[in-house]
Amino acid sequence: MSTHTNPPTPRERLVVVGNGMAGIRTLEELLAKAPDRYDITVFGAEPHPNYNRIMLSPVLAGEKTFEQIVLNGRDWYEANGIRLLTGDRVEVIDRANCTVTAISGLTVPYDKLLIATGSTPVIIPVPGSTLTGVVGFRDLADVDTMLEAAARGGRAVVIGGGLLGLEAANGLKVKGMDVTVLHLMDTLMERQLDRSAGALLRHELERRGITVLTGADTAEIVGSEKVSAVRLKNGQELPADLVVMAVGIRPNTTLGKAAGLACGRGIQVDDAMTTSDPAILSVGECVEHRGQTYGLVAPLFEMAKVAAARLAGSAEAAYTGSVTSTKLKVTGVDVFSAGDFTGGKDCEDIVFRDAARGVYKRVVVKENRILGAVLYGDTKDGGWYFQMLKDGTEVAPVRDTLIFGQSFGGEGAANPKAAVAALPDSAEICGCNGVCKGTIVTAITEKGLSSLDEVRAHTKASASCGSCTGQVEQLLALTLGDGYAGEAKAKPMCKCTDRTHDEVRRAITALDLKTIPDVMQRLEWRTPDGCHHCRPALNYYLLCEWPGEYKDDSRSRYINERVHANIQKDGTYSVVPRMWGGLTSAKELRAIADVVDKFAIPTVKVTGGQRIDLFGVKKEDLPAVWADLNAAGMVSGHAYAKGLRTVKTCVGSEWCRFGTQDSTGLGVKLERMTWGTWTPHKVKLAVSGCPRNCAEATIKDLGVVCVDSGYELHVGGNGGMHVRACDLLVKVETEAEVLEYTGAYMQLYREEARYLERTAPWVERVGLDHIRRRLVDDAEGRAALNARFLFSQSFSQDDPWAERANGSVDRHEFAPLAQVG
Amino acid sequence: MDQSISWITVGSVEDIPRQGSRVVRTGFGDIALFRTVADEVYALEDRCPHAGGPLSQGIVHGARVTCPLHSWVIDLASGEAVGPDEGCAGHCPVRVVDGAVQLGLAAFRPGRGGCGHG
Repeated sequence: MSTHTNPPTPRERLVVVGNGMAGIRTLEELLAKAPDRYDITVFGAEPHPNYNRIMLSPVLAGEKTFEQIVLNGRDWYEANGIRLLTGDRVEVIDRANCTVTAISGLTVPYDKLLIATGSTPVIIPVPGSTLTGVVGFRDLADVDTMLEAAARGGRAVVIGGGLLGLEAANGLKVKGMDVTVLHLMDTLMERQLDRSAGALLRHELERRGITVLTGADTAEIVGSEKVSAVRLKNGQELPADLVVMAVGIRPNTTLGKAAGLACGRGIQVDDAMTTSDPAILSVGECVEHRGQTYGLVAPLFEMAKVAAARLAGSAEAAYTGSVTSTKLKVTGVDVFSAGDFTGGKDCEDIVFRDAARGVYKRVVVKENRILGAVLYGDTKDGGWYFQMLKDGTEVAPVRDTLIFGQSFGGEGAANPKAAVAALPDSAEICGCNGVCKGTIVTAITEKGLSSLDEVRAHTKASASCGSCTGQVEQLLALTLGDGYAGEAKAKPMCKCTDRTHDEVRRAITALDLKTIPDVMQRLEWRTPDGCHHCRPALNYYLLCEWPGEYKDDSRSRYINERVHANIQKDGTYSVVPRMWGGLTSAKELRAIADVVDKFAIPTVKVTGGQRIDLFGVKKEDLPAVWADLNAAGMVSGHAYAKGLRTVKTCVGSEWCRFGTQDSTGLGVKLERMTWGTWTPHKVKLAVSGCPRNCAEATIKDLGVVCVDSGYELHVGGNGGMHVRACDLLVKVETEAEVLEYTGAYMQLYREEARYLERTAPWVERVGLDHIRRRLVDDAEGRAALNARFLFSQSFSQDDPWAERANGSVDRHEFAPLAQVG
Repeated sequence: MDQSISWITVGSVEDIPRQGSRVVRTGFGDIALFRTVADEVYALEDRCPHAGGPLSQGIVHGARVTCPLHSWVIDLASGEAVGPDEGCAGHCPVRVVDGAVQLGLAAFRPGRGGCGHG
């Protein structure tokens, strides 16, 4: 039903110069609005597909790999019919003939041109600044240079104690270099932090072994061919094997200027993101808008939205400038800054200081509105302050407790009814049907509604997935007071609370709860630390809601997930190495055989999901078994997890005489994308290469059946206690669509199902129509779900075996405390 | 009662994760030491009275542990299964002195099995 034929209208030609975050975000927005309007060509000077530049610091620090920060792989360009030319810098724009010419000599004509050339690092022109070993911190090539230098050890000098400089310094320190930061001003990050916060930050960096010199003015970089030292104006000389210049960025206007476009500090654009040439738009760090240039990501995305709307034909969309906030991406150092905190006439400072905890907060208020905020050490309320700053919210009513944050005191604290009461009429209550609070309240009063069913019938609120039921009930109670009798009580999560799974999940989001004790405290748990029913559920809900932020609580995990192996009836364990798409090799089989011999493993069995299970491993042997399997390149199969288990495949077109598509290859891709995810219950996928369905794809949580013209996606199947055949969700034409649908489906399941609810009962509970509406009818929603899934995956695809095999995690699990008697 | 028991130091409280457990190997079989969220320490025979599951591998909540094999809930202070199940994991006197965990092994009382269904 998703197949549609494109009308053969002649398309306009859109050329994008710049394959970075602003340019490609514009394309994403454009494709969502007008997928068929343009033939698109993208030029990128770097040899890579589009990646998340703001995550370069985690790559430098070794917390992420390049693959994990790719935003759109080459398959995305292919799937959207975009011609991508990487490693080819555009040199000339010929505005008279409407063409661009790249360094390779390739000339491409355009009807519309989008310039998104970003910015370049500022290199201060001191003697020696062109020596080998002097780098900026701007792209992946710079990161590679730094990583190579770090691999050799030695000394690094980072010039610039701003956001980028400190992230570079931290990364190089983590990689083992001896690091000194030189900063011209006397406060680090002086554009974002005040003196107090700057001093705390400096103290923390010094505690990590980074030397910080403030008031340090660089005179010369010393060296013959390669850098050897940095000399300051006061004569001090610092030996250096690597010098990172991170003193700022400059809009990259070279191309725009050469083409004769109006340029100031950046390429000048109007509110429509159009340059002085109406056929040419520009977005991102390269532009100047109303005299402002931007170096942070949020404004770029706002610009991208406007540019996309304009390219799609809208005459109204306008960009009016951005208020920005920043966060330092140095793990373990929480710094948030937004707005103006320099103070001045009529400004009041509200300050909170807890030196022992290393917490400092300062909110600048003028005429009862927030002007700026600096948070150090505890940044969880940054988003709240920033929203009020942007909205110009009157803070007089909460002023007394403002500095303690959103969760303190009266407003919405422990009482969910108060939280709903505090919401504005425009707040969306039912995400499925887009019903806001005002609509519901009006319906209750004007139509005299008195029950949930009536509200559902009249407004559609909570009529789809039902996850907003509690809020709708609270609105009934608020509006009718004693006149609301309440509904028949839903089953609570466990004996520790009266609340249902759905209510608890909603509260986690609405009240910004970030830890299990927080949830129990705020939702008035009856037990000190819950039970074996609620704790694993809460751990999952928090993990799902706050990817990358929530710290997993291993004590709230069942033993299988705690030690990443399956406990068996005699207390021994079984381990299952991952075999991507069911493929293995002689090397892997040999390693498995060796492990079986070495640890005298009694039973080796092929599982129903086409993996090999090794039974009867003693718990204390687990780390050594994993180490040997890791050494042969195998990672955990997560056969124990409420997560993605296997992607079962047949051989498909590669060997089978009936196979229509490469089902094994697609299975491998699906498994590479989905492994490591945490889900409400176990998830199994399968890909069959033809309708003979040898991989039994139609009784899986998600099954793909390849046919001549594409791929059928089947969902909600279960081969377990109650066998349920899948429902056909949709038929698609490309592998890229299969991947996007799968990511979106996984995320919808992750966000909506109750803990320990498999996809089959979930699909039956919410109805296939609901799932079709969210995934098939709503392309934008599907893409957003998929994006949330991939974002969450960027934090979860680490092999749990590796970190336990090398002893860095939960070492105490695997050894007895003592031996006596 | 304490005077009649000889206490053996087996480690420090800090060695046992809060809401977790560690095992001590003894001549009586494995003893599981539990540390609750309130930092109380308890010692039980590391066998569920039901089907012998290793209680040390269960989830600790309040002063109880849930056996990983069939989810029987055992009271840490008495070793008794929490109703409706019946049975007792043996328990062992344990005390904490200056952060050191000491077992009174000589006074260990082995458990008795439960109804056996499961």
